[in-house]
Amino acid sequence: MNKLDQTDAKLLNLIQEELPLTTRPYQTLGESLGIGEEEVLNRLNALKSSGMIRRIGAVFNSRSMGYYSTLCACRVPEERLEEVAGTISREPGVTHNYQREHFLNLWFTLTVSDADEGIRIIQKLEQETGIKIENMPAKKVFKIKVSFEMGGTDVL
Amino acid sequence: MYYDDVETGLIEMLQSDIPLQPKPYEDLARRLDTSEEELVERISDMKEKGLIRRVGAILRHHQAGYAFNVMVVFKADPESEERAGSILAGYKEVSHCYLRQVPREFGYDLFAMVHLHDEAELKPLLDDMAANTGLIDYQVIKSVREFKKTSMKYIHRREDGGGL
Repeated sequence: MNKLDQTDAKLLNLIQEELPLTTRPYQTLGESLGIGEEEVLNRLNALKSSGMIRRIGAVFNSRSMGYYSTLCACRVPEERLEEVAGTISREPGVTHNYQREHFLNLWFTLTVSDADEGIRIIQKLEQETGIKIENMPAKKVFKIKVSFEMGGTDVL
Repeated sequence: MYYDDVETGLIEMLQSDIPLQPKPYEDLARRLDTSEEELVERISDMKEKGLIRRVGAILRHHQAGYAFNVMVVFKADPESEERAGSILAGYKEVSHCYLRQVPREFGYDLFAMVHLHDEAELKPLLDDMAANTGLIDYQVIKSVREFKKTSMKYIHRREDGGGL
């Protein structure tokens, strides 16, 4: 873990929850932290170049945006893993693709315009790879949270 | 879905990076011939409509000290799934929790993505989850290798007018 001071930790906790919806969001953040806009920007730039922050932007609700999103898994012979994973990763709608320790050893997420398109892409990938793909769409979403508490519970 | 020029421009910015500049919306507002205030207002609308879950920083788990991430899948039945899903969702270590349609030969239909600082935290957490949900049949599915991890791009600039 990179070295974070208390201000970095507080800043990360705040900006993970919400970038203030103002025309000068970094100034607004600074006001909450008792530091200036320039210092906020310097700290965020540093946290980005160190790799801690992947990006600052929006997390969209793919379903509300009208998209179909699903988790797929397949069983790939060890010697074909890289090749099959490569074919799957080349599909633009595939956002995550992991080898996992399981009899289903390759897992990927697919986000596309609608369910028909999803099924079509899965069938296309099955044809291209000769591997059967299990489609596991969500029946119910209990939680989607993508922020992490930084620097211990005493920070905020 | 149809988006007007302002929404399209905003989605394009927000799906990648909001500039680290004092006035991050200034350039986009000028390009779209609108005001920064209007852009902020439109983001707020998109949040209200549920298109956007949140606007903020997206961290890399590993660098953030959450180095141990696993998928835990539970075998739930129709009577227990609702209650168990809500209980699992209540754990701060769980980022995503879904009930999924799964093939019968797999059978584990309640999914939780778990983020921990290290592997030693896993066993006590699983014991606690099993005790609280009553679901004792579960599997821990670790990732071995990351082949791809990106954010979804909702708008692609293409000459042929593809994308949305």
